[in-house]
Amino acid sequence: MTPKVQIENLSVHFSKTEAVKSVNMDVDENSVTAIIGPSGCGKSTLLRSINRMHDLVSGAKVSGKVLLDGESIYEKNVDPVLIRRKIGMVFQKPNPFPAMSIYDNVVAGYKLNNRIKKREADEIVESCLKRVALWDEVKDRLKTSAMDLSGGQQQRLCIARTIAIQPEVILMDEPCSALDPIATYKIEELIDELQERYTIIIVTHNMQQAARVSDITAFMYLGEMVECGPTSKIFTTPENKQTEDYITGRFG
Amino acid sequence: MRSLHLRHFKSGLVVISMIIATIIVLLPLCFIFVNIIKMGLSSLSPEFFTSIPKPPDESGGGVANGLVGSGIMLVISSLIGLPIGILGAVYLSEHRHGTFASFIRFCADVLAGVPSIITGMVAYVLVVVPFKSFSAIAGSVALALIMIPIVLRTAEEQLKMVPDTLREASLALGVPHWRTSLKVILKSAMGGVITGILLSVARIAGETAPLLFTALGNQFWNWKLMQPMAALPLQIFNFAISPYDGWHKLAWGGALVLVIIMFSINLAAKSFGRR
Amino acid sequence: MPEKTFKRNDLLKGDYIFRLCTLLFASVILVILVVIVWQMTKESLPAIRKFRWDFLVSSDWNPVDGKFGALPYIYGSVVSSILAIIIATPLGVATALFITEISSRRIGRVISSLVELLAAIPSVIYGLWGIFVMAPWLQQTIQPWLSDHLGSIPFFAGAPYGVSMMAGALILSIMILPIIAAISWEVILAVPQSQREAAIALGATKWEMIRISVLPYAKSGILGAVILGLGRAIGETMAVTMVIGNNPQISLSLLAPAYTMPSVIANEFAEATSTLHYSALMEIGLLLLGITLLVNIFARLLIASISRKQKGGVH
Repeated sequence: MTPKVQIENLSVHFSKTEAVKSVNMDVDENSVTAIIGPSGCGKSTLLRSINRMHDLVSGAKVSGKVLLDGESIYEKNVDPVLIRRKIGMVFQKPNPFPAMSIYDNVVAGYKLNNRIKKREADEIVESCLKRVALWDEVKDRLKTSAMDLSGGQQQRLCIARTIAIQPEVILMDEPCSALDPIATYKIEELIDELQERYTIIIVTHNMQQAARVSDITAFMYLGEMVECGPTSKIFTTPENKQTEDYITGRFG
Repeated sequence: MRSLHLRHFKSGLVVISMIIATIIVLLPLCFIFVNIIKMGLSSLSPEFFTSIPKPPDESGGGVANGLVGSGIMLVISSLIGLPIGILGAVYLSEHRHGTFASFIRFCADVLAGVPSIITGMVAYVLVVVPFKSFSAIAGSVALALIMIPIVLRTAEEQLKMVPDTLREASLALGVPHWRTSLKVILKSAMGGVITGILLSVARIAGETAPLLFTALGNQFWNWKLMQPMAALPLQIFNFAISPYDGWHKLAWGGALVLVIIMFSINLAAKSFGRR
Repeated sequence: MPEKTFKRNDLLKGDYIFRLCTLLFASVILVILVVIVWQMTKESLPAIRKFRWDFLVSSDWNPVDGKFGALPYIYGSVVSSILAIIIATPLGVATALFITEISSRRIGRVISSLVELLAAIPSVIYGLWGIFVMAPWLQQTIQPWLSDHLGSIPFFAGAPYGVSMMAGALILSIMILPIIAAISWEVILAVPQSQREAAIALGATKWEMIRISVLPYAKSGILGAVILGLGRAIGETMAVTMVIGNNPQISLSLLAPAYTMPSVIANEFAEATSTLHYSALMEIGLLLLGITLLVNIFARLLIASISRKQKGGVH
């Protein structure tokens, strides 16, 4: 079976600095992969190159390959819009659209791709909000602004908005770093459930989180992929000295 | 399913129309410059800067009295407007969170939006009526009224940028508060404040409406401040709406000179700001 | 007697005087505003007493007979300003979007400084250009065409004069474009990058990103920009006076000359000999002042409330 996402020899440059240095990594379908490492190690940059978010930044140059189901996403004839529909993303800070209601936020992305009737939209909103365990909390105020929600609720709303477009892969860029412990717990629980349907790649600076939620853990340092393997192995018997130092808290 | 092609097509269409809109916005600028330079250059000559306008049936003549008159009125209005604006700005930056300060700030913004012709009418009531004559002083008062809110706000922006640590350092050395404000704060923000001053001078140098019934304009030389005085923008206006070709030429020449003056002040302001 | 080494009182006195001084100078702003409103009201009183509401609804303006109705001027000001807004808003916002969302940073900087230049050109020079270049061009090209082909529509009926409502509205739109573009540019720049990323990550095209994330976030700021532009357009004097034709008639046709409130003040104030004529012009000024004050206060409050909101919580 080919891996869901393959990263081959990937480098990312910002003007003169090289943020990611020829990284190789395979991600299997329906797995949770955590990327850990000290801040500034290039883990977010790596994550963002998987759905071509760097297209937005002028001056960012990506070389090497990212394959989705065996097909390269950085080819000239590949539409980044299509790639991002298959590879959704959840960001560090919750970023719902402030001018939209909770309801409209959920279907915002879905509506770009499809013409939908009211009933269909209702169904999508309900099922997506149920899947992120937000439905019971907000079902009576779907038409109120998304900004009235708490940080954790907003982040779950953003996840609902992402799964509404039925992606195959979900990228999460430190999704809990702006949240309190209880909200974090709920998101982690959610990641566990989402794993059944989606392939998840999560960047986190929190090693316990990586240990709790992921099947595979990758350790990055100074732009390089130092070690990548089953989470249990990385956290108990890492092969690399740097990895060991990092997870035992000796640096970073 | 919405067609992805259609979505990209739509997006491309919008991007193209934005580019077209930007070009449309910049077109008048190009045309105005080309016209001013083409028409203006042909009417410039040494005489243009040294003599006063000739009667419409004679060719030649210049705008010397207008240039001098504008200069005089700019100086007087700066003398009135700058102290008020700058010291007021010191107050606003020292009490930046006070209710009264934010109220004054709001008033200044609103005042800056009052049409300039209204300040002309008010200067007429305040100066022309009591002294029973149109005068350079009345024109200067009208211009000062426009200048004050602009200087106040730009100077305040600059003063706010002076780091608090500088203020604290000075106070800690035992320098009284008021000397700190004047010597330390104002001095270190001087470059920016001068930028603000120059920008506001450039702005009022082109004002015409407030001078219409204050300075009134003058076909001849006049050095008396309580008498009607010529001003370059007024001359451009009067020559432009006159039916005489010779005066139209003077108007274009005047426009070129005015634009050059204003842009050089703007440029000077920017170079001060950068220092 | 031992000399006092620490003259606390003197120090405080200096501070006190200085604070009082700066406070006084700051208060001058308030005084000016009050004096402007008070003087304009006082000088308008004779006309207000004489004509009451007739002043606003009558279109009979005849200084010789002592009849003063301001309707044609109010009509001209309102219509020309609204037309200018209709033309300038889409162009200004599109330019702002082009600079922030599409062009490279270097090109954006060039364009925004060119737009700044446009704002620095004095009104009288716009008027000069309007009289000698724009109005004749309108008269020879666009207006005859409109008159020939669309003349049956009242908006385009009549002979092409060049100087006209259309010329006034066009010159006004050019003049308020920099305001609308510059302020829109600022509010669009203040839209957090995370909003754009949210849209892009959902698979939005460039335009969809602008539509669902940038514009909704910036819309009240853009509204503030448009309102400030409206305030500027209504009070604009010289350029409009030079190209609008100065004919106090109410005509639906954009090809017909019109007249605005600032224009009638500019043309008649210095020669108004009768008290009533003078006072009537003052009342037009007062109306103008009232409108611009309201518009500006509203726009400033709107923009202030946005910046408060942005400082507040919406990251």
